[in-house]
Amino acid sequence: MKQGSRFWAWLVFGVGTTYFILPLLATFEFSLRKRRGEYSFDAYRSVFEDPNFQTTFTYSVVVAIFTILLGVLLVVPTAYWIRLRLPNLRPVVEFITLLPLVIPAIVIVFGYIRMFGSNSTLPFLATARGTDVLLVIGYAVLALPYMYRAVDTGLRTIDVRTLTEAAQILGAGWTTIIARIILPNVLIAVLSGAFLSFAIVIGEFTMASLLNRPAFGPYLQNIGANSAYEPSALAIISFAITWGCMSLIQILSRFAPKSANRPN
Amino acid sequence: MADPFLSIQHVRKSFGATTVVEDFSLDVEPGEFVSFLGPSGCGKTTVLRMVAGFEEPSAGKIVVAGKDITRLKPNQRNVGMVFQAYALFPNLTVAQNIAFGLKVAGMPKADADRRVAEMLDIIKLPQMGDRYPYQLSGGQQQRIALARAIAPKPKLLLLDEPLSALDAKVRVSLREEIRSIQKKLGITTIFVTHDQEEALSISDRIAVMYGGKAEQVGTPFEIYNRPATKFVANFVGTLNVLEGTVTDAASGMVRVNSQEVALKGKLNGSKSGDTLSLALRPEAISLGRQPGRDSSLAGEISEVHFLGSVIRVRVGIGGSTVSLDTFNSPATPPPAVGEKAEISFASSDMLVLH
Repeated sequence: MKQGSRFWAWLVFGVGTTYFILPLLATFEFSLRKRRGEYSFDAYRSVFEDPNFQTTFTYSVVVAIFTILLGVLLVVPTAYWIRLRLPNLRPVVEFITLLPLVIPAIVIVFGYIRMFGSNSTLPFLATARGTDVLLVIGYAVLALPYMYRAVDTGLRTIDVRTLTEAAQILGAGWTTIIARIILPNVLIAVLSGAFLSFAIVIGEFTMASLLNRPAFGPYLQNIGANSAYEPSALAIISFAITWGCMSLIQILSRFAPKSANRPN
Repeated sequence: MADPFLSIQHVRKSFGATTVVEDFSLDVEPGEFVSFLGPSGCGKTTVLRMVAGFEEPSAGKIVVAGKDITRLKPNQRNVGMVFQAYALFPNLTVAQNIAFGLKVAGMPKADADRRVAEMLDIIKLPQMGDRYPYQLSGGQQQRIALARAIAPKPKLLLLDEPLSALDAKVRVSLREEIRSIQKKLGITTIFVTHDQEEALSISDRIAVMYGGKAEQVGTPFEIYNRPATKFVANFVGTLNVLEGTVTDAASGMVRVNSQEVALKGKLNGSKSGDTLSLALRPEAISLGRQPGRDSSLAGEISEVHFLGSVIRVRVGIGGSTVSLDTFNSPATPPPAVGEKAEISFASSDMLVLH
């Protein structure tokens, strides 16, 4: 009986793993076939040597960093304040942060184009820099569900109210409390949200394309439309970047401040 | 008489339609250790939080050292506080936790380090500076929390049920330590607890609270021996309550279960025929007639519990049961259940509850 259930468990595990791994292996295998008759990394070399790859990737990394900064500045104080003073508003805020999952990016970006065109009172789209700022804002909105949930989960693991009061009674103001007590204790959660934001920004296509910015997403699409092996190589590179982010979350979580209540 | 150090004046606190503290007033002398004692929901923590600045009174004012602090923010009050849940900052070491308030106040690092070392010595954990809170036991964490609270030399120390989360043995040793540190530093302290033994053992005065009001404020001796209200008498210590009827108000005679007891000078205002609640502490009752105990009641032993050094005996008197403690004597066997017995007490020890 016990052996039978173990067999089925392994079978399900095997089927699941195959389902995820097989397409990836096939893509990887295909990406190595650029040279006729033998495996090579030519497709990867071609991708890395392409100046457009370097430009668009660098652009997206910079945009991702600004997106993360904006997200942290927006989400950490909000989630903290909701938990501390306005717990009744939590369902409302959770609903608002879920909206980007429900509203397609194309709707958001068309809204931006209409709202912030060159004739509007806030003409973000009148300059390239302004459009970059709008793209960062748009990405921060897209990453909001992940960032908010990550930070909120982090805040749930600490006694926000008592720690805040303990710091207040020792003379600390709000900036000190958030910077020295709250943020360090939810740092891993913030980093989780940050890496998820990074992964979203790196692969995003719709907003960057419609706002006509030289981002990595539109580059991926362009390569996919015009080459055979490079898109597979880029898919593997994108996976590697995402996995790298996830591994960093795992590694950094080891350095998280341990709670007195949950020492392990 | 000198001005009180802390003066809580006619403070009231309401949350919506619910009033949790009603017209609470208390003056605390410099260096005094005052406990707020009461059951859950009596408003004791709310009063403490108003003194700390975490809650704003709906009415009344709070004055510390002659200064009205009612509307000041918590970080402007120079008050130290120890929380029930320790509230040590998990990301900081013990030394950094203690130094937190000093750093916020802008104390130079060398001075802060000296003060931290001094605090660690006071709480007898000199080697623990580099540890993190999760590496310490509950008792050690609460000691650190105490050190952190007193490191910036606050004017007032507030202790919000600091011992509730600790096991019984640690509670006793830590409460003695808290009292000794408080005496040594001479810091005015408010201690909130629902544990009467804790309050009785370490306080200069106790404010017994119930329903958002102070039922009685007095020394532990007064609170225990001369409870002002029925609630205080019932809440503090163990009490035997007997119903009695005044038979002769002039001579103080009261009938308890068909037996007469004389309570001279204790019936203030009662008329013959009135029903009274009479209370006796277990230690005020002896089994059998004893010298100095002028009153007695006859009954039957209903329960005997051997507790080691003490034997707790319950004696049925009519429809009531009276508990009393006798010391265990190896030469004398404990009384048996069902035996006829007489209990005696000094009528002056009998409390008439109003």
